[in-house]
This record gives sequence, C-alpha cells and structure tokens, in this order.
Amino acid sequence: MSTRLLRLLAPALLGTLMVTAWYGVHLWLDTEMRFLLPTPVQILGAFRDNGESLGRAALNTAEGALLGFGGAALVGFLFAVVLSLSSLVRASLYPYLMILQMTPIIIIAPILVLWVGAGLKSVAIITFLICFFPLVVNTTQGLISTDRNLVELFAMWRTGRWQQLVHLRIPSALPYFFTGLRIAATLAPIGALVGDYTAGNSDGNGGGLGFQAIIYSSQAKYPALFATAAVTCALGFIFTGAVVALSWLALHRWHDSYERADR
Amino acid sequence: MAAVVTIEELHKIYDSGDVPVHAVRGVSLDIHRGEFVALMGASGSGKSTLMNMLGCLDRPTRGRYLLDGTDVSQLDKNELADIRNQKLGFVFQGFNLLSRTTALENVELPCLYGVRRMSSKKMRERAMYCLEIVGLANRADHMPNQLSGGQQQRVAIARALVNEPQVLLADEPTGNLDSKTSIEVMGVFQKLNEQGITIVMVTHELDVARYCKRNLILRDGVVVRDELIKDRSIADTELGKLRDAETAAKLLAAGSPAR
Repeated sequence: MSTRLLRLLAPALLGTLMVTAWYGVHLWLDTEMRFLLPTPVQILGAFRDNGESLGRAALNTAEGALLGFGGAALVGFLFAVVLSLSSLVRASLYPYLMILQMTPIIIIAPILVLWVGAGLKSVAIITFLICFFPLVVNTTQGLISTDRNLVELFAMWRTGRWQQLVHLRIPSALPYFFTGLRIAATLAPIGALVGDYTAGNSDGNGGGLGFQAIIYSSQAKYPALFATAAVTCALGFIFTGAVVALSWLALHRWHDSYERADR
Repeated sequence: MAAVVTIEELHKIYDSGDVPVHAVRGVSLDIHRGEFVALMGASGSGKSTLMNMLGCLDRPTRGRYLLDGTDVSQLDKNELADIRNQKLGFVFQGFNLLSRTTALENVELPCLYGVRRMSSKKMRERAMYCLEIVGLANRADHMPNQLSGGQQQRVAIARALVNEPQVLLADEPTGNLDSKTSIEVMGVFQKLNEQGITIVMVTHELDVARYCKRNLILRDGVVVRDELIKDRSIADTELGKLRDAETAAKLLAAGSPAR
C-alpha cells in the first residue's frame, strides 16, 4: 500500500474508532444520564434544528475574529518593526507588552464593555489582545535575527536604515511572522468566542457563538452546545488553513522549510 | 602597467583590549592592473586585517594606501563607502546571497545602492551580462536554494562585478566548497583575470593559491614571502584531468567482474 493512501486511511480509521468508542460510552451511561454525552447523530440533529441561529452566530464570531486577527497582524507587525529598532526600545516596551498579555481577558472584558459597550467592537478588541502577543514576539525575533553576514554586507554597501529594513530585515523575518500568524490564527476564533461570551450582546443579529453557548446551556440544549463547539473548531480550521496557504504563497519559492522536488 | 594598489609602510594597531595588538606591522607592496594575488598566512598572521584595509573596511593606523591613484588612508567612513562602491567588488566565503530574491535580483542589488544611478532596464542588462560572464545566464530566475554551492558563489562573483570594480577582493571564496567546485570557481576567477580584472584573494589552501599568479605570505603582520607562481594550475586543465580520472575509474569499475 502506498504511504499516501495510508496517510489518508489512518486518520479515517482512527476517527471511526473514536466514534465507536463514543457510542460505547453513550450506551454505557445510565439512560437518564445519557444527556451528558449526546451522540453524533443527536448533534447533527441539533445542527438541523438550530442551523439558522448557529450560522448567524458563526458569521458574527467570524467577523469579530477576523477584525481582531487582521488588526493584530497589521498593528503587531508595525509594533515589531518599532521594537526591532533598538534594544533600548525593546527594554522600555517589553514590560508593558507583558502586562498586556498577563492581564486576564475575564477582567478586561467588563472594562471594555464599560468603555466601548458590549458587542462586536469589544469582541474584536478582545481577539486583538489575544492575537497580538505571539505576533509581536515572533516577528520581533525575526527582525532582530537577520544573518550577521548579510547585515555586514548591507553595511558595507552603506545602505540606509530604511533600505536595510525593506530589502533585508523584513524579508528574512517573514517565516517568523508567519509562525506568529499561525499561532494567532488558532487563537482568533477562540478569542472571539471568549470575547463574545464575556462581552458580546444579542442586539440586532443575535450575538456570536459565545452568546449562543450561554443560551444553549441555560436551555439545557446540550447537543446544540456540542454543535457550537464543532462550529468553533471549523472556524479555527478555516483561519489556520488560510494562514497556511498564505504562508505557502509567501515562502515556498525560497524558504528551506518547503522541500523542493526540483533541487 | 600602472599600480592599482600601492601601500607604503602600512600599520594597524588595535587597542581595544588590555594590550594593544599590532596586527599589521609595516607592509609595503604594489599590485598592478591585471594581477591575480593570493594572500596567505596562518590565522593571526594579519592577512584578514590587511584584506580589510585593502577593502576600505578599516583604516590603517599608519602608512599610506593609494587605490587607483586616490589616497584613501585618511578618508572618513562615508568617503570610504563611496570608494568601496565605486572601485571594489567583494566575494565572501559564505556567498551571502539574499535567499528570497532570484539570482538576477541578487546581482542587481549593489546597483541599487551604488553611487552611479542607472535605469532599471540598464541595471537588468548589466546584471544579466555579469551572470553570462560567470556562465549562469540560464539560471537568472533561480532562487539561491535552487542552486548548488558553486553556482551560488558564481552568482556572488557576478554581483561583485556589477559595478565594474577596479579590484575584486575575495575572502576565502572556496572555503565552503568541495575541491572540484573550488576548481570551477577558480576557473571563473582565471577567466575574469584574463579579461583584465585585478583580483586579490585570501586563502589558506595552497593548491587554491596555485591558481593565482602571485602569492604573498604573511606572518606576524609582515610579508615574509612574495613570489610569482611559475607553473600555475589552470582550472580547465585540472578539470579535464579530473574528468579523465573519473572516466578511468568508471571504466575500471565496468571492466571488473560483476561478482
């Protein structure tokens, strides 16, 4: 059997095993306790029954996640460029960056609600705060890890700081930037969900997935709660997939992390 | 022939540490147009310091350095950089190519920062011409990671040529290459030298130095030997010998009983 086929079959087989075990646990539970673990079929049913509200909530959360993620990518990149300017700048700013990262979202959320009100704005800001740190730290590391020899080469040509940044430092920091982006992409939907859970609201279009989670749990709609988890997961896959594709586009022609057949 | 490099009683003393280090102690020499010089010596002999001064990367503590008629020993940092960009081309041991840009763009790079501005079309033509010289015109759109070590070094040589330097300075250009590729790269240097380009290279490999026309050996900051190589190695001949040896080995392997 070709390894390619095996690579496709192995996860499918594992999935089947897990679903079987899932049913096993479900049946093993006492009948009145079976609500604790709804079966996949029940969850699919929840998708059917709550499709509209789940879809709307997913779009809502995706919007918050995308805004926060995109904002973090842009601001994080620029902030990293500033941090890369000198070790003095880094020494002065890093403690505050740490403070930002250390402050729990649970505490930031009510403050944000106070400042900008509940809803999309708060959700996007919370997502931004969660995505910002890994992006900044990775990109900064990339910008200051430029090959010494190349830095000396550029110094020898007496290129300006700006040219050195654009032609040398930023290109060689790209792999680091994309590593940060990949981490941020997995965090963004979760961030938006948490934001929605703590600072979302239902005005207008019914709130996001976090808000739905509150509603479903209060209504004891457990299969719908599992469906919400699945939707969030799918959102994460979409975000990560997009970043992986973007990273491939930007790096595959020149970076060693992509193997080339024609070398 | 006119001397393109003239140094008189050149000294370099580093006193950054506790004890001042007298790295170069009075070197005088002329390098004429069209010469091909190997600078040799053990580590600590002062060859790198001398090379840095020849390359206008470092200023001598004492002495005079005339590069193409200009006294560069007293110039400030910016003036030195201008001289470097105009008159010198550099080749390094580690190739130092930008991995995200194609061979052609790598060769163009010094033009972007050079003193002479030229149009992007002219720049492209010039870079392409330099790639042709080193025999890599057909690899112009390749990324460095699609090229072998020897090819990468040839791209680096093309890059060093792009601003039409008076002198090509190479610091251990074969240091990262295997012996066959080293000969190929030395062949490129020999070809350039035949076209009249002056080359000064640092090497610690005797057999590599034998491809040059003149060998300078430094010890403790002074030139202890300065000799012309009489029967120097010719890259084409040596490569031919290697090929013959390989063919012979193959024939021998084919001729021997299979089991």
